[in-house]
Amino acid sequence: MSYDDWYRQDRLPHIYCAGCGNGTVINCTLAAIEQLGWKKDDTVFVSGIGCSSRAPGYIVTDSLHTTHGRAIAFATGVKMANPGLNVVVFTGDGDLAAIGGNHFIHACRRNIDVTVVCMNNQIYGMTGGQGSPTTPRGCFSSTTPFGCAETPFDLCELAIAAGANYVSRWTSYHVTELEKAVKAGLETPGFSFIEALVQCPTAFGRRNKFRQVADHVEYLRAHSLLRAKRDRLVEAGERVPEDMFVVGELARRKRPVMGAKP
Amino acid sequence: MTRIEFWQGNTACAEGALAVGCNFFGGYPITPSTEVAEHMAAKLPKKGGVFIQMEDEIAGIASIIGAAWTGARAMTATSGPGFSLMMENIGYAVMTETPCVIVNVQRGGPSTGQPTMGAQGDMMQVRFGSHGDYAIIALCPASVQEMYELTAKAFSLADQYRVPVFLMADEIVGHMREKIIIPDSMATTQRKALVKGSLPFRTGDDRVPGFPQFGKGYGVHVTGLTHDERGYPCATNPQLHEALVRRLVDKIESARHAIADFDIINPDAEQVFIAYGAPVRTVQQVMHDRPDKNIGFLRLRTVWPFPEYALAEFKNAKRFLMPELNLGQMAREVERHVRVPVISIGKLGGELHTPAELVAALEAQR
Repeated sequence: MSYDDWYRQDRLPHIYCAGCGNGTVINCTLAAIEQLGWKKDDTVFVSGIGCSSRAPGYIVTDSLHTTHGRAIAFATGVKMANPGLNVVVFTGDGDLAAIGGNHFIHACRRNIDVTVVCMNNQIYGMTGGQGSPTTPRGCFSSTTPFGCAETPFDLCELAIAAGANYVSRWTSYHVTELEKAVKAGLETPGFSFIEALVQCPTAFGRRNKFRQVADHVEYLRAHSLLRAKRDRLVEAGERVPEDMFVVGELARRKRPVMGAKP
Repeated sequence: MTRIEFWQGNTACAEGALAVGCNFFGGYPITPSTEVAEHMAAKLPKKGGVFIQMEDEIAGIASIIGAAWTGARAMTATSGPGFSLMMENIGYAVMTETPCVIVNVQRGGPSTGQPTMGAQGDMMQVRFGSHGDYAIIALCPASVQEMYELTAKAFSLADQYRVPVFLMADEIVGHMREKIIIPDSMATTQRKALVKGSLPFRTGDDRVPGFPQFGKGYGVHVTGLTHDERGYPCATNPQLHEALVRRLVDKIESARHAIADFDIINPDAEQVFIAYGAPVRTVQQVMHDRPDKNIGFLRLRTVWPFPEYALAEFKNAKRFLMPELNLGQMAREVERHVRVPVISIGKLGGELHTPAELVAALEAQR
């Protein structure tokens, strides 16, 4: 992997906590871009607000760090005005699924030709650990002190239902798979959505009995259910474990797209 | 060859934008501005431009800001409720110095209010509606001709000062139909490019940085966070924040003579009307009906930055009369610049002042 020269060395040190999973996802994304041979001058990163959304500020290309939840709407403007640019959005679960939920589903519907990489830490990290639309039932956060009583979104199912051409979910444990998924997303015309579940030791882990960063990463690994395995269980009429999440490529299709390269 | 048309104000607005190369429109339908979007939807694709109907007004302004960074001349159009939704991203455009044009065809508020009736209730919101200190440029057309000309001018100002520029129209001007003379071509000022190798937010005497267009190899980081001259977030340095915000305000306020656009009629008068937008028409009718050197008129096309020095031209003024389709929003701005009484003639409900109402105000307390 030779993505080092995509980083702004003069912005270091970064703001991410020790043990944060976001760096893994950013590395995987840049590695995928590097493999595709994208030019820095033709690539634009767009983001909203939150820990994940700080990523474009560490990358040497043109980048637009926008308002909370609106990254995809800004990215739509960039891509429609200049389809020759490669547009990648970094976002998080709060940015994408709470305040930005409407922009997310409409971009899927339009199949606008951007790739969205969501770092889902299941909590609001930057504001200090409040519950998000993906906080699992029963999990603790500063605004769910008695355990989250709401049912979380399945971001990938949302993207599939809304019409995205490419959808994958992996975790910060699955580095190789994640990199391949991002690459596939970048290559697929239309809206590509890659969800990466990440550990957040500072805001999520310490409230939810993950004493070590590795404990949380191990949890993500152990609770990942490969799509193929899930399909076999369903086919055999067996129960799919409720505490597991499906990982793998969940959609790849060729619906009509907007803003594709000329 | 100039040509003559009989157009609706909103059509003229869209055509004025097209005449100076507007090539991106992102918006959301809302009465009474929708005809601007409809006209752009029909015309832009044929000219190689982009029209996109977004999912709400927040996305509408977000899309034009994104488009502007790729070099597009970008515009959106809305009315009160949509304008309220845009406020956060308007602040983002100010902070990131993104040239763009926002049309507000004002209707009666608050809330859903009177969707089909004219008002000027957003004159303070346009100036102060987003959080934090900032400055913008706002223009007010009073005719179909000016819907065309001032929309075109808004693009020049946006590029010249790298600031969102607002066309603060109203339902009356937006929906009226009248004769319009279309010129051959419109002069327009384009944004100046950033000199390669210089810092993206470093400025010279004019306080306006060069524009580092996306896709041209600048590698610029654009953020709504307080940023240094490199564009890098630097949100906890008090001096840097104050210097940045003061520059954003000063680049507009210090240029208000250059930006100003107003007419002065009968500068020696003792009674002086001040108006902008649709109420200009009623004042013009009164002045036509009562030729009187003692009735003056300051007729504003630029409302923000407010050209306060124009008030000093009326040296004999005993009082200023301000017909507005609101409860005296700009009258308060005038009050803080003059020592004589400012009579606010506010009117709500959606109808213009009648000439008789303004004459009554002239006669009262004379």
